[in-house]
Amino acid sequence: MQHADAVSGWERLRRRTRHGDLLFWLIALSFAVLVVGLLVAIIAVTWDGSAAARHEFGFGFLTSSTWNPVKNQYGALPAIYGTVMSSAIALLIAGPIGVMIGVFLAEVSPSRLRMPLSFLVELLAAIPSVVYGMWGVFVFIPFFRTWIATPISERFGDAIPLLAGPVTVGRGMLVAGIILAIMIVPTIAAVSRDVLSVVPTHQREALIALGATRWEVIRHATIPYARAGIIGGMMLGLGRALGETMAATMVIGNTPRIEGSLFAPATTAASLVASQLPNAGSEMHSSALILVALVLFCITLVANSIARLLVWKVQRGSGGKA
Amino acid sequence: MAVANAPRPSLLEASGGRRRQITSKILVGMTGAATLIALVPLLLIISYVVVQGFQSLSFDFFTQTFKPVTLGSSSTGAGGVLHAIVGSLLIVGVSLLMAVPVGVMAGIYLAEYPGTSASNVIRFSTDVLTAMPSIVVGVVAYVLIVQRAQQFSALAGSIALMVLMVPVVTRTTEEILRLVPGSVREAAMALGVPKWRFTLNVVIPMGLSGIVTGILLAFARAMGETAPLLVTVLGNNNLTFDIFGPMQALPLIAYRYTEQPFDVLNQQAWGAALILVTIVLIANILVRLATRRTTGAR
Repeated sequence: MQHADAVSGWERLRRRTRHGDLLFWLIALSFAVLVVGLLVAIIAVTWDGSAAARHEFGFGFLTSSTWNPVKNQYGALPAIYGTVMSSAIALLIAGPIGVMIGVFLAEVSPSRLRMPLSFLVELLAAIPSVVYGMWGVFVFIPFFRTWIATPISERFGDAIPLLAGPVTVGRGMLVAGIILAIMIVPTIAAVSRDVLSVVPTHQREALIALGATRWEVIRHATIPYARAGIIGGMMLGLGRALGETMAATMVIGNTPRIEGSLFAPATTAASLVASQLPNAGSEMHSSALILVALVLFCITLVANSIARLLVWKVQRGSGGKA
Repeated sequence: MAVANAPRPSLLEASGGRRRQITSKILVGMTGAATLIALVPLLLIISYVVVQGFQSLSFDFFTQTFKPVTLGSSSTGAGGVLHAIVGSLLIVGVSLLMAVPVGVMAGIYLAEYPGTSASNVIRFSTDVLTAMPSIVVGVVAYVLIVQRAQQFSALAGSIALMVLMVPVVTRTTEEILRLVPGSVREAAMALGVPKWRFTLNVVIPMGLSGIVTGILLAFARAMGETAPLLVTVLGNNNLTFDIFGPMQALPLIAYRYTEQPFDVLNQQAWGAALILVTIVLIANILVRLATRRTTGAR
């Protein structure tokens, strides 16, 4: 009885106003617009907070290589160089390995192994970056210093300036690149697997009918079809490496200088901000660090936009075909 | 797109078939080898965290706070990380309270009102937020709160983590609500139920496990975030419940104690790492189970 009353009461209200849906739409929309607001706020705050540094240094900020808080001289070039270089090393190592894992998961592995292996690879992506950093400091750097960096720099250091010594504590650009590579392999592998598994079967069947071997099918049918998506996955990995903070901070050595050698300590934009902002001495110092964060945001935004565009292109293309 | 740049002449040649088979075997084998190679660091990292972390787990580790250490002090009576556990839960808890309503409602909007220009702008924003380096978000919270109030605070950290959680929750909510079959919506519409009512009473209950999954993923991600906390929460050696002041957190312990010269503190860093990895592992297994059940039911 009560129930019927409630329904008829509701009916009367609905007939009178018919605004229930409008209200719901408004509430949902206002929360959704809040998400856009977060993004706008982030851009506005970093733009506003870096005003002092932007006026003082202008575009020279991007090309100056002096970073000296004592003299209040700031240039972002060492940070940009470190960010781009360490991420490039990471991509160079993780790119081929990640794509091969994607091929294995999508094309080669027996279906019983596919689920657990995918789970393990995704788990690798979920481990907090500070744990990678710890492992780098306690385990990988001591190993790398004694068995790889020191012998290599002793043998080839004189001939190739990129590999020159001295290898001091072991923290440096190359170590950071390798740790970042371990971190972005899962991203690249997961995206490659996803775009490879939407390649239509008739692409493969056509080549099998021509008598192609398993590898030739992968090489000439599957990979070309998914190429844009695979490159997109690499760019997503690159975006992750560019913005990664903790692992880089812990293993790169945090020295805002541009050194020729890959074994020398360096810095990245993210680690520079993380290590210096909490104890920034002057107004200009924190303003310059906020500007570095803004530059970093722009770099990752470009990398990720290209990546999304490529992945989207492949998935739309296959969706239309299917 | 036809079969792109194939067939090449070599593929059609009957000769050299044996060589091609061998090449194929080797290269296909290499993809398996690459998978094994990638699993090596995973196993190394997890085994180090488990072995080293277990050594520091003790009753004191969970019930005591920081005790000053001197060179040569033994691991017994070295204090614990209770203040960091409490701090992490408080910081992430407060950010969950802020992120869940925003994320879920935004996800509902995207799923229920798709195809509008507003939803495209919102989806683009979540994509950009997902890819945002966490340190940039930390910097924003630093400028907005820490610089204004002239004090590091747990609240600033919560707000930074909230920004990182919202896109995760929005994305999973949207995806899971889209899986609810259109026939369910049509059935409700045919009964004359208004949209808001069947969304709240029918669509959301059907996707609830998926929404919880998204929240769980966001929680696990936020627990391990270090960089934004570094510039907002700062760290604190005492147990505190004051969210307007500096606080300690597990990832900060893992970072700071790693940089310390004392073995005792290094050991505690591994302990904190073990807790973090355990949380991530449990969250991922739960997510696996939940998604398997959802996709199985369909």
